[in-house]
Amino acid sequence: MRSIIRSLIILALPIAVLWSCTDDDNSEGKNVQDTFNRQMMLTGIADEIIIPSFEHYVSKLEGFRVAGDQFSLEASMPTLEQLRLTYLSAYKAWQHVSMFDIGKAEETKLRNYTNIYPTDPNVIEGNISNQNYNLLLPSNYVAQGFPALDYLLYGVGQNDADILSILESNAYRSYLSELINRLHDIGKDVLDDWKSEFRTTFINNNGSSATASVDKLVNDYLFYYEKFFRAGKIGIPAGVFSGTPISTSVEAPYSNRYSKELFQESFVAVQNLFRGISFDGSTTVSSLEDYLQHIQELNQTEDVAQKILDQWSLAEAQVNSLSNSFKEQVETDNIKMLEVYDEIQRAVVLLKVDMLCSFNIQVDYIDADGD
Amino acid sequence: MHQELNNLYPKLDLLPNLSVREPTMIATAIRPNLFLDLKQNLRRFRKQHFSSWCPNSGLTQYLNKNTKAAPLAVFRILFGLLMLIAVIRFWYNGWIEKLYIDPLFHFHYSGFSFIDASSSPVYLLFVLSGISAAFVCFGYKYRIAIIVFFFSFTWIELLDKTTYLNHYYFVSVIAFILMFLPAHCTFSIDAFRHDDLRYEFIPSWNIDILKLMLAIVYIYAGLAKLNSDWMFHAMPLSLWLPSKFEVPLLGSWMHEKWMHYLFSWAGAIYDIFIVALLLCKSTRLFGFAAVVIFHLLTRVLFPIGMFPYIMIAASLIFFSPSWHLRILNKLTTLFGINGDVFSNGKRTSFGRPPSISLILLSAFMCFQLIFPLRHFIFPGNVYWTERGYRFSWRVMLMEKTGYANFKIVNGVTGNRFYIQNGDFLTAFQEKQMATQPDFILEYGKFLGKHFAEQGHEHVEVYVESYVALNGRASQPYVRSDVDLMKTTYTKLCNQYLTPFNE
Repeated sequence: MRSIIRSLIILALPIAVLWSCTDDDNSEGKNVQDTFNRQMMLTGIADEIIIPSFEHYVSKLEGFRVAGDQFSLEASMPTLEQLRLTYLSAYKAWQHVSMFDIGKAEETKLRNYTNIYPTDPNVIEGNISNQNYNLLLPSNYVAQGFPALDYLLYGVGQNDADILSILESNAYRSYLSELINRLHDIGKDVLDDWKSEFRTTFINNNGSSATASVDKLVNDYLFYYEKFFRAGKIGIPAGVFSGTPISTSVEAPYSNRYSKELFQESFVAVQNLFRGISFDGSTTVSSLEDYLQHIQELNQTEDVAQKILDQWSLAEAQVNSLSNSFKEQVETDNIKMLEVYDEIQRAVVLLKVDMLCSFNIQVDYIDADGD
Repeated sequence: MHQELNNLYPKLDLLPNLSVREPTMIATAIRPNLFLDLKQNLRRFRKQHFSSWCPNSGLTQYLNKNTKAAPLAVFRILFGLLMLIAVIRFWYNGWIEKLYIDPLFHFHYSGFSFIDASSSPVYLLFVLSGISAAFVCFGYKYRIAIIVFFFSFTWIELLDKTTYLNHYYFVSVIAFILMFLPAHCTFSIDAFRHDDLRYEFIPSWNIDILKLMLAIVYIYAGLAKLNSDWMFHAMPLSLWLPSKFEVPLLGSWMHEKWMHYLFSWAGAIYDIFIVALLLCKSTRLFGFAAVVIFHLLTRVLFPIGMFPYIMIAASLIFFSPSWHLRILNKLTTLFGINGDVFSNGKRTSFGRPPSISLILLSAFMCFQLIFPLRHFIFPGNVYWTERGYRFSWRVMLMEKTGYANFKIVNGVTGNRFYIQNGDFLTAFQEKQMATQPDFILEYGKFLGKHFAEQGHEHVEVYVESYVALNGRASQPYVRSDVDLMKTTYTKLCNQYLTPFNE
């Protein structure tokens, strides 16, 4: 009898401890840390990179909106030029926040409403002419955001005079300002959320599971790198996934001079997050690079972080030789585009294999051991 | 020899009287009698031949040894209960949709490619395995229930090998063995309601076979750990543990190298010796404490779901029959049932002169002993090629991360394009695919077929793949100049894998 009680106690005690301290989805962080302070990294990234980037983005959208109002009041060549200038700076600012598909941005599908391209002029023209549309619908992803604005500001007519005269009509003008206002509002929602609650949630979710901030941030970062940065901006227009180049699939094809600038801007953003360079460039914070080096030192393995940075330098050098318009580049000399793609692609292996395995990032919440 | 052995068997008249249920109708009476004659003849035949063939009288003596059935009943109850929980948990987590309904493409086991999630009644299978697990737990219509459970559960596991886990395989193996054991002969609804199913004693081997199976699992798992990565580099634990800083009590040491070594060595020693500790009466309690601590630690550290609980429950089988009986009596009192009906002193006829069950199970255990060793006949490092890796109790042995980039080429024009794996695979499938040659090949062939059906001509499929194993830098994996459409799995493993660079 005594042995039963004893064995039952042995059985029950650890189970009790266990039930009290785990749940299937370790999303709640505790303040215990490995020697690398994950929370410090998250705090630095939130305060010095993510939030300032969103602040910058929203302030540029405000400028864009003001220029939009001006144009609505008085459509003229100078107000159109001003509108285009503010469009470009907002679009560039977007490149710094696109990868943070987390929290409110993920919930509201910010990226889908902001920068799905190529845009579809037929849908845009249809919306404008029949006035019966709902921009919240996924079918209207292709009729809003920066790509649609690129079309409206640069592509509705043959030349600037044409464009101006078309945009002067009330229907175009109101669609234009609706797109700008919407872009501003959905961007500002995300910023407000970061500033009110999400920063704390993000920083405190410092555990290690598929839903913890570090895992989520890294998964999102790699997803962005592969799908939007590598494939969207370079691979798809260069025909990597279709066999034949699709020059109209570049980012901002109607303005036809900014795609390289936008790409370089996003490349800076990609590298800044990895290296922990603050948005204004004034400081550095604890970063993925530091975390990677920490783990590599612990296990005395190769310095992958340096390999990644070296690979990116190679890619950057290649990008410099491209035309300002990727559309032109694809049409005249696509080989160069493919060469850039290859350099960007080489880093994918380092990021997705060497880095991911060092961080022990969970892809998803699923039962899976090491086999 | 004959005579001598025959004397060892209990008298035939001790066997339950099989003709008790004599049909009243004369017309139907002939058939059962015929059947009984056949059965008796078969038994006599087996007795004569097997006995004379078997040189070891110790073996036959052992096979006739009886023991109380209580441990098997506890095993059955816990197994059924845990499986019911496992099915509910799986469903509740939304994994049925995520793993079997949502994916466009599924990876098949070789030899079972006719089983596919898109053409299988997935929900029905889960319902069946849940209900049959409950029936097994209560011992209600046990034989049918355990057969339904084995087939439905195994069918689920065969739907997509992306989800392969050693513990799912373990469940199928145990369910297979249980199909042949009289686990419902005591403390079950079946035995409560039917006198002829109720036995207090069963052959000892009915229990020992489960102990043997556990020994195979543990010892093979332990032997597999005796490799240089595990023992001398504390890999892959050095990669996994640092991110487990949240674990209570131990969390703050999880980044320490000595901790990784401690866990590695303790794990290997535990796996190899635990069964011995459980078998020996004086160390049993200590061994069981080790089982509980070890498995709960793995539960806290790694996402392996129900496995720790299953193993803890299974190792109770090593406790004495009287211990199990006391547990069962407490349970029956709890449910307000009179457990005395089960103490009828009757012994089952199972296993007396070799029954079909015994022969089948013996063959099955031989298979279990040999199958995990099959990697020895394949060239190359089993961690790199993964040939013979599954179904061999290699648990938590490596961290393999990979990346595979597929290229579709028109063999005539040279025109080519790349695949975005996310278009066809889930993130989990992609992760599993990138490190395993059989997955890479099956997916490559699927892509080739897909694009050929779309009207592409002269389709060739190539893959640029990289794998990092246990903290080493990434290395090229499958050779990128091999057309996957024209190769086979054996060729891929033997010739077309880039050699592993230690």
